[in-house]
Amino acid sequence: MAVMTYREALNLALREEMRRDPSVFVMGEEVGLYEGAYKVTQGLLKEFGPKRVVDTPIAESAFTGIGIGAAVLGLRPVVEMMTFNFALLALDQIVNSAAKMFYMSGGQYSVPIVIRGPGGPAAQLAAQHSQSMEVYFYHVPGLKVVRPTTPMDAKGLLKSAIRDDNPVIFIEAETLYPVKGEVPEDPDFVIPLGQAIVRREGTDVTVIAYMGMMYRAMEAADELAKEGISVELVDPRTLRPMDVETIIGSVRKTHRAVVVEAGAGFAGMGSEIAAFVTEHAFDDLDAPVERVTGANAPMPYARNLEKLKTPSKDKIAAAIRRVCNANGS
Amino acid sequence: MAKTMPERKGHSALGLDAELARRLLYTMLLIRRFEEKAAEAYTLGKVGGFLHLYIGQEAVAVGASSVLRADDYAISAYREHGHCLAKGADPRRVMAELFGRRDGLSKGKGGSMHLFDRSVNFLGGHAIVGSHLPLAAGAAFAIKYEGRDAVVVCYFGDGAVAQGEFHESLNIAALWKLPVIYLCENNRYAMGTSTDRALAQTEIWKFGQTYGIPSEKVDGMDVLAVRAVVGRAVARARQDKTPSLIEADTYRFRGHSMRDPAGAVYRTKEEVEHEKERDPIVMFRERVLTPGILTEADVRALEKDVNDRIDEAVAFADASPEPPDEWLFTDIYKED
Repeated sequence: MAVMTYREALNLALREEMRRDPSVFVMGEEVGLYEGAYKVTQGLLKEFGPKRVVDTPIAESAFTGIGIGAAVLGLRPVVEMMTFNFALLALDQIVNSAAKMFYMSGGQYSVPIVIRGPGGPAAQLAAQHSQSMEVYFYHVPGLKVVRPTTPMDAKGLLKSAIRDDNPVIFIEAETLYPVKGEVPEDPDFVIPLGQAIVRREGTDVTVIAYMGMMYRAMEAADELAKEGISVELVDPRTLRPMDVETIIGSVRKTHRAVVVEAGAGFAGMGSEIAAFVTEHAFDDLDAPVERVTGANAPMPYARNLEKLKTPSKDKIAAAIRRVCNANGS
Repeated sequence: MAKTMPERKGHSALGLDAELARRLLYTMLLIRRFEEKAAEAYTLGKVGGFLHLYIGQEAVAVGASSVLRADDYAISAYREHGHCLAKGADPRRVMAELFGRRDGLSKGKGGSMHLFDRSVNFLGGHAIVGSHLPLAAGAAFAIKYEGRDAVVVCYFGDGAVAQGEFHESLNIAALWKLPVIYLCENNRYAMGTSTDRALAQTEIWKFGQTYGIPSEKVDGMDVLAVRAVVGRAVARARQDKTPSLIEADTYRFRGHSMRDPAGAVYRTKEEVEHEKERDPIVMFRERVLTPGILTEADVRALEKDVNDRIDEAVAFADASPEPPDEWLFTDIYKED
């Protein structure tokens, strides 16, 4: 184990996979000479050269399509979206080309591509640069969608994503890049896609959260522990395919569930999790599933309004108290 | 750089011997007959969805494919039966795909607009206009990455030229020197919108000049002219990874799809009749009969072979079972 930042963990995953497999290459805006807008690809050009660290013009649809075309012929591209908000320009390529090719070709052409970059709320980046983009992708059969919360997950899941034979949408977070944590240095260390993790064991309520919301839920859990409420924290890590079993198992134990997400709530991840918890564990529930979501508004710029947009520790704690009937106690 | 007139030099200069003449005529006839039978099957309810016929444009796919090697790639949009057949796909499996049957190229899951055939390097069948132009550049990127000398031919219509992906792809293909030939089949109408209602520059080949790549216009009704122009482009792509833009001046004799049978509200009957005088098959037949490269008997024999082969394709498609219910959920993800 070594202690490193989330950014360094991603960088190490890229290096290890590029050393391991010559068909892996990195492509995107500013990934080479500039070393990445957020420095995730720092040093890669120097180690692997311009053939495998490919700077592109600002043309998301084309370079994503080029990645997909290269993947169809057997390469393993890792395409960087400078921020995932820009992936909307490549949405047709991701949804209509990458996700569908294997199916439309009757299993002849698979698309082993990773499309990665940061998404979600950041620091005063306003409406167009702060969206929780996973919602646009996890609806689509044929895609896998990953949101890694910790440096260890960032490394282990990115390596699995690169080795996966399917298109994987891998959404990081600007706010998490400097976060430090323990990361295995073993180049064979991977975390399989589709496995949730219980980050904190508890007995009274299951809280499902990922990325920045997981860290806030952790703080809420610390606070509630002092009030005698024992919170179990489950991080899905992969949103598609979702590890329903782990989440349901936890809810069966605690009989209560709260889902936290940064994005706007309408038809969001929380809606989906609440639906399948109700379908699979209705008889085990002692309270309705609560959703704590981002406000149904675009992300504002002003610091005070921005703070209101994303679920706070206090809002998460309040929801947990509500499902535990602990209001005002 | 434009070259609008077909080359009318001596046939030997074009390498047109009886074997080549037979091959080109056979494949054009095969596509024509395939499309006629597909249309018939559509009216019988055996083919569903959208069916876009290639009738009138056969010289483009056949001329281009005639200079490709087996390890070269072709990719197209949704009017792609001809491109897929010309690359060498089995007509029986193409027809079965149109019928939505389990022996179709894509197991019946793709349909008319999504033909793929890995065995002949046919990369699809893409039905969002313009979307496959980056995919073609990506395939060319992979070829170059792997140090091979194969090339990619990317067929698209004039309708794709107004899309951003046309310009993004040409820019990057030129910038990175990718071995791809962008072959625009200008049949003058994007569905019902004529090029002069969609494009500020209707001389499509000129966009290649903007991006600094070799670009030519060719008579898309002349299979030998297409063969010559694409042959040069393929040689450039193979030798020094130079991409090209080729505009083939062609015409579709039928409507946009079977749901636009007359194709007559946006163009006149007179125009269609006039263009049919340039029928690529009729012209090529005369071209090989007049100097005696092939005889009437040779042509009749080819026609019979083609008719038999397509009848067999229809019978094969008819006999092929529907895909089993469980295939709804297969081929979504590739498992290890």
